[in-house]
Amino acid sequence: MKARFYISLLSLILGSWAMSAVRNVCRDCDYDNLAQAVQHASSGDTIVVAAGSYISNGLEVIKPLVLLGKPGAILDGDNQNYVLRILSDSVVVSGFSIINSGKSYTKDYAAVYVHGTSGVQILDNKIDNSFFGILVEKSKGAVIKGNTVSGTAKQENQAGNGVHLWHCDHMQIGDNEVFGMRDGIYLEFVNHSDVINNYAHNNVRYGLHFMFSNHDAYVDNTFESNGAGVAVMFSKWIRMEHNHFIDNWGTASYGLLLKEIYDGEVLNNLFQQNTLGIYVDGSTRVNYIGNTLRQNGWAIKVSGGCYANAFTANNFIGNSFDISYNSKMNDNTFNGNFWSDYSGYDLDKDGNGDVPYRPVKLFSYIVNRTPETIVLLRSLFVDLINFSEKVSPAFTPDELVDHSPAMKKFQ
Amino acid sequence: MIKIFKYSFSDLMRSRWSFIYLGFYLLLGFVLLFLNNDLSKGIITLMNVIVVLTPMIGTIFGVMYFYNSREFTELLLAQPVKRSVIFLGQFLGISISLTLSLIIGLGIPFLVYGLFRSGEIFNFLLLLIAGGFLTFIFVALSVCIALFNSNKIKGFGYAILMWLFFAVIYDGLVLLSMMVFADYPLDDFALLVSFLNPIDLSRIMILLKLDISALLGYTGALFQRFFGTSLGFVMSWLMLLIWTSVPVLLMVRIANKKNF
Repeated sequence: MKARFYISLLSLILGSWAMSAVRNVCRDCDYDNLAQAVQHASSGDTIVVAAGSYISNGLEVIKPLVLLGKPGAILDGDNQNYVLRILSDSVVVSGFSIINSGKSYTKDYAAVYVHGTSGVQILDNKIDNSFFGILVEKSKGAVIKGNTVSGTAKQENQAGNGVHLWHCDHMQIGDNEVFGMRDGIYLEFVNHSDVINNYAHNNVRYGLHFMFSNHDAYVDNTFESNGAGVAVMFSKWIRMEHNHFIDNWGTASYGLLLKEIYDGEVLNNLFQQNTLGIYVDGSTRVNYIGNTLRQNGWAIKVSGGCYANAFTANNFIGNSFDISYNSKMNDNTFNGNFWSDYSGYDLDKDGNGDVPYRPVKLFSYIVNRTPETIVLLRSLFVDLINFSEKVSPAFTPDELVDHSPAMKKFQ
Repeated sequence: MIKIFKYSFSDLMRSRWSFIYLGFYLLLGFVLLFLNNDLSKGIITLMNVIVVLTPMIGTIFGVMYFYNSREFTELLLAQPVKRSVIFLGQFLGISISLTLSLIIGLGIPFLVYGLFRSGEIFNFLLLLIAGGFLTFIFVALSVCIALFNSNKIKGFGYAILMWLFFAVIYDGLVLLSMMVFADYPLDDFALLVSFLNPIDLSRIMILLKLDISALLGYTGALFQRFFGTSLGFVMSWLMLLIWTSVPVLLMVRIANKKNF
């Protein structure tokens, strides 16, 4: 009895496997366009698209299909609509070049649009000249990997985001490259997701943008020359590790913006040559450990309402200003960091300086109040007043002190 | 003029003070690079030193040399030589020997530590050129002061005061006035005042290389245009040239009119 059950089960599985057919799309195959193939395919089929350009105007995929593009397979949206609309679970889209979605001020047209699915995979596609690149809504467990999304955005209000996720869960975004869009990667109401090893550069607004997203991690990403590197807003339990924030220059530009963040971790990141390394605004219980902040205008700027943040074992090297505060209140701790401006000594040879270091200079307070005074940076007079403030703090928070500054740079 | 330049140049090159000056820069360069072992960081520190120190040395040397060689100058004046030639020759003698000390003194340690193998050569050259300009400017200014005052002590005092004014007091006044008038638009003013002081000017040129990320943090449109493009760089060099030529012309004018 039992054996028969297994045999029938096996035959069922084999049967269903045998039924999942491969359908080819090319100029002289059974199907000469993708829409036809998708319409005739049954669940679980694989559709292989050969090289060539295919018009795809809002093509809906409502069955779990595998869409494979051979090198040179182009899906062209003809500047009208979505290019692909994926509305079914477990769809795989891989290897296509997807171009020319519609542009609209009322609709979020995208090259690949995914809605209400689980287990969708979007792999190794090249998306160009589209409004949004990959737009995923209300989905679970999708994998977005190895895609390149590019655009030529000039202004924020006329461009969409490279990878845009809204109301999603357990998503994996890895190894993508996004440039020339509004935001490189945008997450809103996205929980338990990982953003790993992506490269977002030359985007108009942010490289990576979090809103109302909790329990996420972004690791090993590089954000270079964006309007601003990463903005994390109104989110909790975010882990930020081993990322590079490089060359984000401009008047309102920063490597990392933390606004209303609770219980986050900022670990082992590199911030190099940004106008503002980290801008902290209203964030609480965030740990900053092992980061390197090198040659930024302001390494860290702390705005109002930041409590119980801990800065430990970070490198501050050659920044114009190490820390800037806009008030005299301080509830954050700075301990055991390396400051390249530190001039103390270490007589007991425990690796920590014997003289406390005050990272907030009087001049940074002056520049906060009168920004034009920045032209006096590194002048002898400014060094003099900084020195006198160091000896007896009057304007800067007097309890803001690193009591055990490291003598050697952390590797 | 070449002959007079040669005389004062060889005179200065043999003097103890030139060697002390050279030795100081050698020591500074080697110690900095020994401690940092990083050319770019060494250059950053040097910039701070050079912007303050070269004007001071130029001022003191200029005044000292002028008073010391007064008898020689008077002897020359009795000869059929044009006055402007005499003073320009002496001025070039002092300035070039000081600049040479600067270039050799800093060049050797940086060469030893592999300047040509790093990408910092442009920044280093910029630093030397800025230092050279400052030397020329402040030697000319101090010779002017010396020409105005035949009293040595007075002249020396004024020269030091001039250095102190440009190096420290000027920035203090600027900062103070900016804070007092903080409610007014200040970005034009900020750029203008930094053009009126050669030390500030060279400091800003150096900032353009080092702290450009911080300078771009301010929202003024003029600032953006000035610091964000090569406009700032070109304007600064032009202004430094003007700053060099004006005191030299002034010096020649005073020398021509002065009754020795």
